[in-house]
Amino acid sequence: MNSKTPILEVNQLHTHFFTKSGVVKAVDGVSFAITPGETLGIVGESGSGKSITAMSIMNLIPSPPGKIVDGEILFKGEDLLKKSEKQMRKIRGKEISMIFQDPMTSLNPVFTVEKQMVETILVHEKMSKKQAKDRAVELLDLVGIPEARGRLKNYPHEFSGGMRQRVMIAMALACNPEVLIADEPTTALDVTIQAQILELLARLQKELGMAIIMITHDLGVVAEVCDRVMVMYAGKPVEYTDKNTLFEQPKHPYTLGLMNSIPRIGAKQEKLAAIQGLPPDLRALPGGCSFAPRCTHAMESCLSHDPAWTEQAANHHVRCLLYEEDEEKVVSE
Amino acid sequence: MLKYILRRLVMLIPVLLGVSILTFSLIHLIPGDPARSMLGEKSTESQLEQLREELGLNDPYVVQYGRFVGKILQGDLGESVKSQEEISIEIASRLPATVELTVFAMILAMVVGILAGVIAAVKQYSWFDNLSMSGALFGVSLPIFWLGLMMIWLFSVKLNILPASGRISNDIELHTITNFYLLDSLLTGNWAAFKDVFSHLLMPGIALGTIPMAIIARMTRSSMLEVMKQDYIRTASAKGLARHLIVFQHALKNAFLPVLTVIGLQFGLLLGGAVLTETIFSWPGIGRYVYLAVMGRDYPVVQSSILIIAVIFVLVNLITDVLYKYFDPRISYD
Repeated sequence: MNSKTPILEVNQLHTHFFTKSGVVKAVDGVSFAITPGETLGIVGESGSGKSITAMSIMNLIPSPPGKIVDGEILFKGEDLLKKSEKQMRKIRGKEISMIFQDPMTSLNPVFTVEKQMVETILVHEKMSKKQAKDRAVELLDLVGIPEARGRLKNYPHEFSGGMRQRVMIAMALACNPEVLIADEPTTALDVTIQAQILELLARLQKELGMAIIMITHDLGVVAEVCDRVMVMYAGKPVEYTDKNTLFEQPKHPYTLGLMNSIPRIGAKQEKLAAIQGLPPDLRALPGGCSFAPRCTHAMESCLSHDPAWTEQAANHHVRCLLYEEDEEKVVSE
Repeated sequence: MLKYILRRLVMLIPVLLGVSILTFSLIHLIPGDPARSMLGEKSTESQLEQLREELGLNDPYVVQYGRFVGKILQGDLGESVKSQEEISIEIASRLPATVELTVFAMILAMVVGILAGVIAAVKQYSWFDNLSMSGALFGVSLPIFWLGLMMIWLFSVKLNILPASGRISNDIELHTITNFYLLDSLLTGNWAAFKDVFSHLLMPGIALGTIPMAIIARMTRSSMLEVMKQDYIRTASAKGLARHLIVFQHALKNAFLPVLTVIGLQFGLLLGGAVLTETIFSWPGIGRYVYLAVMGRDYPVVQSSILIIAVIFVLVNLITDVLYKYFDPRISYD
């Protein structure tokens, strides 16, 4: 495990949405830290709060109805939640960048790639338009777009999906960010392109040394690029450890369920094991452990007891009553 | 692009043929006799018959229509039955008045409408949103003639601060170049005339611009609400762009397409059909000209003017379509 000081540290983040039909606790007590050059995977199904965690870091939660009600987000030791909108604008796109799931819709269709890249550069760097344009060419080269200079004048619809995601990445890297948040960057792409994009991200990370937060629901992506992984369920982290430990000794029943639902090459399998039931309604979470109603290991106490976030082994946190009795130490709460 | 424009211009021919047949038929279906309306109620039957013969009104409709089209093809719009003036000259002297009024009204409608729509969308459900959208609903529902008359009553009769009719006061001298008075007064640096022309434009401009303004505001709002939810707006925020850049550049350019459609249609409508406003404010434009011609059964004037209006309408639509390409590069006309 990395002993460097973390570049970004999220502590007990709580982001809630106050809707007419009740309070949605989209993110409920998330903590993690990430060091330069490291890749952290955040895994979970839709609605588990992973994207909201990312948007909270960027301070882009639509408010109302959303609000970060508690916690701190320390970037280089400073709490982003205490920064003004103006100060945050200087960080967004410069020190912390983001790429999104669907490159087809994430680029503005009515502006050329040049305009979209150059404006990002000019917002953050003191440069002439000409220098910014050269920088854009350099970036497109970096992400492997052929004939970069000529393609600057193109509109997003003139690129293929994979190429658009490369443009998105180039734009995110425009100011050499220290943290790159990738929100399902390969979900909308077909498999061969997925592999290319992941490879590209890994190469860029090696060259530029940024930390990456990789948000995904795909354990295959995690296996490929992540150093550490946090598994989320219903707004809460349920397991947090390094990648190898997670794949070799998964502890939380939800993680186990996810692992079992991956098809394996070579294994004779008739039907994939699925996790029974549906994710809970975040406005009306069951008492006790949120996962209990779907859990194959659920005990009676699971329905009434909210499990604590405990450190099972060195750097292996789990939130589950199965491990609480013989736990060594309770970390928080 | 050029090919597309040429193709659209060729398409004008069947459109104009249709319009001419339709107007010709409609005007002859209206009861009333041009000869009688010219000579008056006391004219004798033989006088009427003589005039009808002179005007060719006794010929079969097909022959009359053929004569009309034949003249048009030679570039001759004919003469007014009433004033005996060349229609082309009459239209040429009135068209600038209508165009000036329409452009003024549309600029007013676009500036206020788009701004109100954008702010209402960005501050959805705020007091501004509620106020401007109720205002817009009120605006589309208002009868123009009522609004016009109320303004005249208030600003001309009661307060006496704005002129009630015409384009320019009699005692103001203006050297005309383009026949767009506001432009001419600027070109000649004539400030007294500029102020006078502007004050004449204000009330009819507001009356004419109210409905388009309301429609544009509502369209802009709904279109902006849609666009502000898009992924690329989130991208723009994540890039660290300032709010006003996101709203007025990234969002508005995307939201503008449906608004442009409305603007084009309204522009075309106003250019040809400002009949009510021009009548109320005695504005010497095309709308009032056509209105008077219909009332006087001046067949050639009605036919030719409507043909010109149709041409303008089609051209405005063509310009709108060409502008689409500027606002959305994904549109291809090839």
